[in-house]
Amino acid sequence: MSAPRLLHPGAWWLWAVALSACALRTTNPVLLCLIIAVAGWVVVSRRADVPWSRSFASCLRLGMIVIIVRVVFQILFGVRVSGMTLFTIPEVTLPDWAAGVSLGGPVTLESLMAALYQGLRLAAVLACFGAATSLCSPYRMLRALPTVLYEAGVAVTIAFTFAPQAIVASRQVREARRLRGRSDRGVRAWTASALPVLEGALDRAVALAASMDSRGYGRRGSSSVAVRRRSIGLVLLGLVAIAVGSYGLLDPGAPALFRVPALALGAAALLGALIAGGRSTTRTRYRPDPWAAPEWIVSFAGVVAFGSFVSVSRMGDALNPSTNPLEVPAVPVLAVVGLLVAALPAWCAPRPPALVAPSTMAVAA
Amino acid sequence: MIRFEHVTITYPEASAPTLVDVSFEVPEGELCLVVGVTGSGKSTLLRAVNGLVPRFSGGVLAGSVTIDGLSTSAVPPRDLADVVGVVGQDPAAGFVTDYVEDELAYAMENLGVAPDVMRRRVEDILDLLGLHELRNRPLASLSGGQQQRVAIGSVLTAGPRVLVLDEPTSALDPAAAEEVLAALTRLVHDLGITVLIAEHRLERVVQYADRIVMVPGDGRQVVVGTPAEVFGQSSVAPPVVELGRLAGWAPLPLSVRDARRVAGPLREQLASVDSAHFSRATRSPGEVIATTNGLQASYGPVTALRGVDVEFRAGEVVALMGRNGAGKSTLLNHLVGLREPASGAVQVMGSQPHRLSARDVVRVAGLVPQDSGVLLYHDTVAAECSASDRDAGLTNGTTRTVLDRIVPGVDPSTHPRDLSEGQRLGLALSIVLASEPPLLLLDEPTRGLDYGAKQRLVAVLEQLAADGHAVVIATHDVEVVASVADRCIVLAEGEVVADGPARDVVVHSPVFAPQVAKVLAPLALLTVHEVELALAVASDSPYK
Repeated sequence: MSAPRLLHPGAWWLWAVALSACALRTTNPVLLCLIIAVAGWVVVSRRADVPWSRSFASCLRLGMIVIIVRVVFQILFGVRVSGMTLFTIPEVTLPDWAAGVSLGGPVTLESLMAALYQGLRLAAVLACFGAATSLCSPYRMLRALPTVLYEAGVAVTIAFTFAPQAIVASRQVREARRLRGRSDRGVRAWTASALPVLEGALDRAVALAASMDSRGYGRRGSSSVAVRRRSIGLVLLGLVAIAVGSYGLLDPGAPALFRVPALALGAAALLGALIAGGRSTTRTRYRPDPWAAPEWIVSFAGVVAFGSFVSVSRMGDALNPSTNPLEVPAVPVLAVVGLLVAALPAWCAPRPPALVAPSTMAVAA
Repeated sequence: MIRFEHVTITYPEASAPTLVDVSFEVPEGELCLVVGVTGSGKSTLLRAVNGLVPRFSGGVLAGSVTIDGLSTSAVPPRDLADVVGVVGQDPAAGFVTDYVEDELAYAMENLGVAPDVMRRRVEDILDLLGLHELRNRPLASLSGGQQQRVAIGSVLTAGPRVLVLDEPTSALDPAAAEEVLAALTRLVHDLGITVLIAEHRLERVVQYADRIVMVPGDGRQVVVGTPAEVFGQSSVAPPVVELGRLAGWAPLPLSVRDARRVAGPLREQLASVDSAHFSRATRSPGEVIATTNGLQASYGPVTALRGVDVEFRAGEVVALMGRNGAGKSTLLNHLVGLREPASGAVQVMGSQPHRLSARDVVRVAGLVPQDSGVLLYHDTVAAECSASDRDAGLTNGTTRTVLDRIVPGVDPSTHPRDLSEGQRLGLALSIVLASEPPLLLLDEPTRGLDYGAKQRLVAVLEQLAADGHAVVIATHDVEVVASVADRCIVLAEGEVVADGPARDVVVHSPVFAPQVAKVLAPLALLTVHEVELALAVASDSPYK
């Protein structure tokens, strides 16, 4: 067992992305629950005692909300599926222009289970994201972002810090409402506090961006305007192509051109931007995180799990159990073994350094 | 080093410019203090030094700001990082990384400093600012003073020649403020760094300043000069200067040390005056409004309060003092029911505040939080007032009446954000006071207030106590404690370490004693006003 240290953030993110890629390939509820359990177990065993390590619980809660919303939407607006009718809600006849949308009607067990599986899949992806952010702070990942991606970097930083800031702001607004004598429960309380929460979180994000800028983030040294424009153009092209490509990978109906070719184009454009911009920028790393055996193990654990899912999906339909007719989902052994490998970091990753319980922590907050 | 030439700054949608035709120059190696009433544009001026205004704020800057020969209109803030370091009002809001060491290295990484140089400079800064014991700590776990020092260190590692700080000690307890100021003077004296600093607590910094830039804020010209020159004519001055003016000392003393050396005759003259002549008419506290019994609270593994027993009575003003993180805010939050006691009991007017509904709790206890702006979220003062009446179920116009009593003449159509700091505090205070809670709690009410606004606040608090409210202020501001508090409770590590008449508690404490008490020790006079009263008696007395 290695000495306590923080694992390279890239390793955790690779592991989490591989795990969420597994989740995206399946609707098998057993496997999805197993993915959430694996993510949770690793988080519990290897997170540091720091403020952001609590984001896993928030992501789980968000996942529950996603499942509930998905099921409720299925009941109200979902496509009607034949099968065992559980109950019927009054059907509304919609005008012609709304053809294809149904409102009300018989709700079948099959349709509910399909919605549940899909909601569970999203919840599992959220759990993987939560695991990554709990195990290593998003900032550590951002530090590695090349300067050429300056504009994107600021946007990503603001996006990453927005959620935690909004949580802080919403607690503040809730307390302020109570101090004013307003009830702090109910839908109206939530809607009334939305604006101040967003305002507060945005203010903090802008303050952070100003601080990054005044400490030299995004310096381009001596590069000329032409070089700068070219690299910004390439960055934009690359990001759009990668967005299209990832969409294509997730949507089976997308044209083949939108998948691997788009991703490849995006990667090439970003690489070009790095080369074009990188010549003129100098950025150094202070005590770079090492990439040693534990990093290899953690990232391989994720890749092995993903590989097991890919081979299971080649062999049959076990990853996507039928909901019409409804059947008890089969559990493919290979995928389970893959997920157990993905749980290895709970033992193989180094422990985070123990921190002295600071006497003032959170008291001022 | 820093040169402002005819700078006029107008924010978008503002009717008038925030700064008008400001010109001054700060030579290399000076510690320059920016003073002025709240809302006069001190922060705007500081943020214009490296171009954050107008680049991150919007608005228009006319004239020119040059720093070390570079014009901020041509060079963006990021390219000035190795010339000027800027530390904002809330250091935690500017932290980019999570650990002390990473934060110190962040600017150097951006500048592309070679790794071995970075290692060395981080070690130097850790030693220079006394941060070596904190190097592996997460930033979120640091106390206010530590965070401020890390923020200063994180801009210093880039090797700037100029350091700009916006109210670096206003949120800190006296001891932590000393820590930060000691680090700053070391930078100025040993390294020749030019420091531009804005601060309301003049009593803390004025003795270190070489030059003062006074921003009057109502469109008049800024006044630049040495401390003695500026304070000779300014209405904004720390207590020690006021005392010097009263006693007719010349040159005006700027530090306690200077004043003590000339204060011998004054001390002798005042020694015979009985304290009854100058101490405020003591208010006789009435019935018990609130009590805590063995109150314990914790945040996760950290214990914030360990068995606190206090009581507050009608008609008294109690000051709650102690280090950052000593548990002051936690105690206030319990008294107003925002938190449930882990063990022990809180009783306010015979009920447990955390069990009450929001509407009932405001009738027994009201809290004005540290950042009073969070209580305000409507877009006009009138809307705030009517919403407050509605929330608390009061007759229309109640809040407005209270507001007119506290800060008369606020235009009802103003946006709360456009009010001055003092007016905003007044509005928040009237919203809390509208439902007439017998227990009124204020968390750091003087943060960001200038001396004039503080005096008005003190008058309001005295009126409230006379009306029979129990008033509790959690504060680091020893001068305000000296002028208004009857009783003083000192918390340390979640325990009550002192609870008694304010004069007894603060006068002999090296940390909490106000400047006047330090100058006149062992006499127990706390404020310039008291000295004035005592002098009047002394000059009448036959012993003179």
